[in-house]
Amino acid sequence: MAKKEKLVCYHCGLEMSEAETVWFDDKAFCCNGCKTVYEILNQNQLQQYYKMNDMPGIKSDNVDENIKQKYAYLDDPEIEKKLLEFNDASTKIVNFYIPNIHCSACIWVLEHLDKLNPNIAHSEVNFPTKNVRITFNGDKISLRQVVEILASIAYPPLISLDDMDKDKKKNNKKLLYQLAIAGFAFGNIMMMSLPEYIQSEGYWIERFAPLFRWIMFGLALPVVFYSAKDYFESAIKGLMQKIVNVDILIALGISVLFLRSSYEVISGTGTGFFDSLTGLVFFLLLGKYFQRITYDYLSFERDYKSYFPIAVTKIVDDKEEVLQIKNILPGDRLLIRNEEIIPIDAILMKNTALIDYSFVTGESLPVEKHIGDQLLAGGKQIGNFIEVEAISNVDNSYLTKLWSREAFHDSKIVNIKSLTDKISQYFTFVILTIALLAGIYWYFTDGFSTAIWVVTAVLIVACPCALALSAPFAFGNMLRKFGYHQLYLKNAQVIESMSKIDTIIFDKTGTLTSQEKYEVAYEGIPLFDEQKSMVKAMVKTSNHPLSRLIYQDLAEINIIHPDKTEEIIGKGIVAQLQDDIYKLGSASFVDIEHENISTQVYIAKNNQVLGKFVFTAAYRKGITQLFKKLQKKYQLIVLSGDNDSEKPILKKLLPKNVSYYFNQSVHDKMDFIQNMQEKGKVVMMIGDGLNDAGALQQADVGLALSENTNVFTPSSDGILKADKLSHLDRFLRLTQQTKAVIFTSFAIAFLYNILGLGFAITNHLTPIVAAILMPISSISIVIFVTLLTNIISNKLINSNL
Amino acid sequence: MIALYLTIFISIIIALIFLVLFLSSVKNNQYEDTYTPGVRMLFEDEFGAQPDGKELKKTEKQNNNQN
Repeated sequence: MAKKEKLVCYHCGLEMSEAETVWFDDKAFCCNGCKTVYEILNQNQLQQYYKMNDMPGIKSDNVDENIKQKYAYLDDPEIEKKLLEFNDASTKIVNFYIPNIHCSACIWVLEHLDKLNPNIAHSEVNFPTKNVRITFNGDKISLRQVVEILASIAYPPLISLDDMDKDKKKNNKKLLYQLAIAGFAFGNIMMMSLPEYIQSEGYWIERFAPLFRWIMFGLALPVVFYSAKDYFESAIKGLMQKIVNVDILIALGISVLFLRSSYEVISGTGTGFFDSLTGLVFFLLLGKYFQRITYDYLSFERDYKSYFPIAVTKIVDDKEEVLQIKNILPGDRLLIRNEEIIPIDAILMKNTALIDYSFVTGESLPVEKHIGDQLLAGGKQIGNFIEVEAISNVDNSYLTKLWSREAFHDSKIVNIKSLTDKISQYFTFVILTIALLAGIYWYFTDGFSTAIWVVTAVLIVACPCALALSAPFAFGNMLRKFGYHQLYLKNAQVIESMSKIDTIIFDKTGTLTSQEKYEVAYEGIPLFDEQKSMVKAMVKTSNHPLSRLIYQDLAEINIIHPDKTEEIIGKGIVAQLQDDIYKLGSASFVDIEHENISTQVYIAKNNQVLGKFVFTAAYRKGITQLFKKLQKKYQLIVLSGDNDSEKPILKKLLPKNVSYYFNQSVHDKMDFIQNMQEKGKVVMMIGDGLNDAGALQQADVGLALSENTNVFTPSSDGILKADKLSHLDRFLRLTQQTKAVIFTSFAIAFLYNILGLGFAITNHLTPIVAAILMPISSISIVIFVTLLTNIISNKLINSNL
Repeated sequence: MIALYLTIFISIIIALIFLVLFLSSVKNNQYEDTYTPGVRMLFEDEFGAQPDGKELKKTEKQNNNQN
C-alpha cells in the first residue's frame, strides 16, 4: 500500500492518521468500535448480530490485568458515591465522559453494553458531548467492573478530579423557556390587536375590544415578568455599579411600554402597545439565543483538575492502598502505572521513568528520568510502573500553585466595556434630554397629560431594539463562521477583545513547533540498507512514540524479519539477526555517557554504538508568512519555557522585530503578560499546554492551540485548530471588520430612531405606527448584519486557500 | 357573535397546549442531544429486527424482572 494515500476506516469511512489506526484482518479501522462491528458482522455473516457475548476479545471477564489494577480506587465507597448520578438500592446510574467516542460505530458498541454483561440494564450515548449514561444493577456488578468493561473494549472513561466536585449547573434551558413564552405571547397578541388596527369604531369593536385588550394584557404579563426578567436584573446591577449599560435602556423601554399599555387598558382609553412590547422582548431574546453557540465537545474552563486522576495507589508496608489525591501527604510512597499521571511533585524511587509532559509543556516526546530525579506533577508515565515519593501535597505542587493566583479568581469581562454599552451611554443621555425637552414643550402648549404621553412615546420608540440586536447577531454569526473554520471562541465578547489587541505572544513548543511532526536526523557511522531494514523491523512492533517516528522516517526501506525481537519497556529494543545482536534505545541502554541535550535514540550492533537518531520538533508550516503579515500591525513576542538553543533557528525563520524570551517558568509567563498589560498593551496569548494556563488566563485574549479537538486544552477564551494557525491574521482582520459592520448597523438604527422620534415628539405615535416601525427596524438590522458578516467572512477566509 | 367568546377561548387553549408541549419537551432533554437519536435509529434499521435478537431481549427482560 502506498504510504502517501489517505487512510480511511474500513467500516465508517472516517479519515485517520497512521498513529491511531487499528489493524485487523489486513484492514484499517479508526477505532476499536469499528473493528468490533466489523468482526461481528464478518464472523457471523450478519446472522447472529445480537449474540455479542460470544465474541472473543470483548468478553467482560477477559479484563486485562493492567486495567484491573488501574481502577481499584473505584471500589472506595466515598469515590463511588461522588461519581454516581443516581444511587438506589440496586439501580445505579453513572455518566461518563469517554474521549474515544468519535464515530457511529462507537455509539453502536456502547449502546449494546447490555449484551456484554446482563447486569448492565441500559446505556445511552450522547454523541456531541461524548458522554455515555449507564444504568446498572448495583447488587450484581460494581462501578469498578462497569469501568473495566468499558476499558476492555477500548473505551476507557476519563475520570478526573473534576468529576469529584459536582455542581455542574445547566442553565441553558431558561433562555429557551423565555423565548418560547415570548414568542407565544407575541403571536397571539398580534392576532388580537389586528381587529382594532383595521376598524376603529362600530358595534363590533365596542363590544369585543375590552375582551381582546384584557387577553393581551394577560398574555403580556408573563413576558414582562418572566421572559424579560434578566434585563431588569442586569439593569439594576448596572445601576448599582453606576455603569450605564444597554440593558438599562431596554428595561426602561419595557417598563414604560408596559405601564402605559396597562394604563390604557385599565382605564379603557386605548389598546396599548402590547404587540410592540412582546415583539421587542421576543427579538431581543432571539438575538441572545443566536449569539449563544455551544461547542458541546469543547470545554473552555479546564484546569489541572480535568487532567488529574481521582486517586492513586499508595504503598504501605508492601501493600497497595487506594488514596484520594487530596489526601496525599509529603513522604507518601506512590505507585504510578503505565499511562498514569503523576499528581504531585515527587522524587523517583524505583525503576526508570519515561515521562510524557505533553499536557504541561506541549512537548510530546517523553523524557527519561532516573532514580533520585525530581518529577513534576502533570507528567504521564509511559511503560513500566514506577514508585515515587511525594514531596508536596496537591495544591502546593509547582504547577497547581498557579491556580491559586488571583487571575483565576476574577473574571476578566469587567475590564473591557462592550461596544454596545459604550454607545448606549451617550444614547441614554441624548434620549433623556429629548424626552425632557419634548415634555416641557408639550406641557406648555397642551397640558400635563399630553406631555406625559409624548415623554412615554419618546422612551418607547427610542428603546434601542435595533441597537441591542446588531451586536448579538453580528458576533453570533461571526462565532459560527469562526467555528466553521475551526477557531472556537468561548463567547461573542472574545471577538470584540480580539479586535482590540496590539501585542501577540506565542509559546514555542507545541505552538510554533508541531506537536506531531518531528524531524528525524541520523548521526554517526552511515547505516547499510540491511541495517536500516533491521532498525525498521525493530521499531515496527513498538508503540513508543520515538519508535513510531523512526518507523515513519524509514517508510521507503524494505523490511526484514529478525530472528528475535524484544522490547524492554522504558529502555529500548533488542533484536537478533543470525549472530548479530542489535540494540536500539536510550544512552544507558547502549552503555554510553548520558547526554541530556536533545532527544535521541542510539543504535548499537554487538555492543558497538553505530550512531544515533536525533529528533527535533518541526516548525509549523506558514509561520514565517504569518509573522510577516502580523508584524505590520502587532508587536510579536515568543515566550518559551525552554532554553535558547533554538534561538538561531527562530531568528532565521521569523522577522527581525520579533522579541524572544527563553527559560520562562509557568509563573514568569503570567507575570510577563501582567507587566505588558500594566504598560497599557492589550495582549493576546497563544499557547497549548498547562504551563501556558496562567498566561492564557492573564492575557486579554488567550487562545489555546490544539492538534486535535479530542485532546484537552487548558482553560482559554478560544481553541484554535493547530493547522489553522497560519490563518490567524485573517481571523484578526475579520474581528475588526465585524466591528465596522456593527458601527454601520448602528448608523442605520439611528436613522430608524430619528424617524420614530419624529412621530413621538409630534405626538403621532399611535400603536399601529409602533407596531409597524419596531419590527421593521429590528428585522432589517438583523438581515443587514447577517448578510454583511457572511459576505466579509466568506471573502476573506476563502481567498487564496 | 357570542360564539366569538367561545372560539377565542378555544384558540388560546389550543395554542397554550402547544406551548406546554414544547416547554415539556425542552424540560425532558429532547433538545440536549439532537444528533445521537438519528444515528441510533439508523442502526436499528440497518440490521433489522432479528428473530434471535427479539428472543434474547425478551429473556433478558425476564431476567431483569426476576432481579
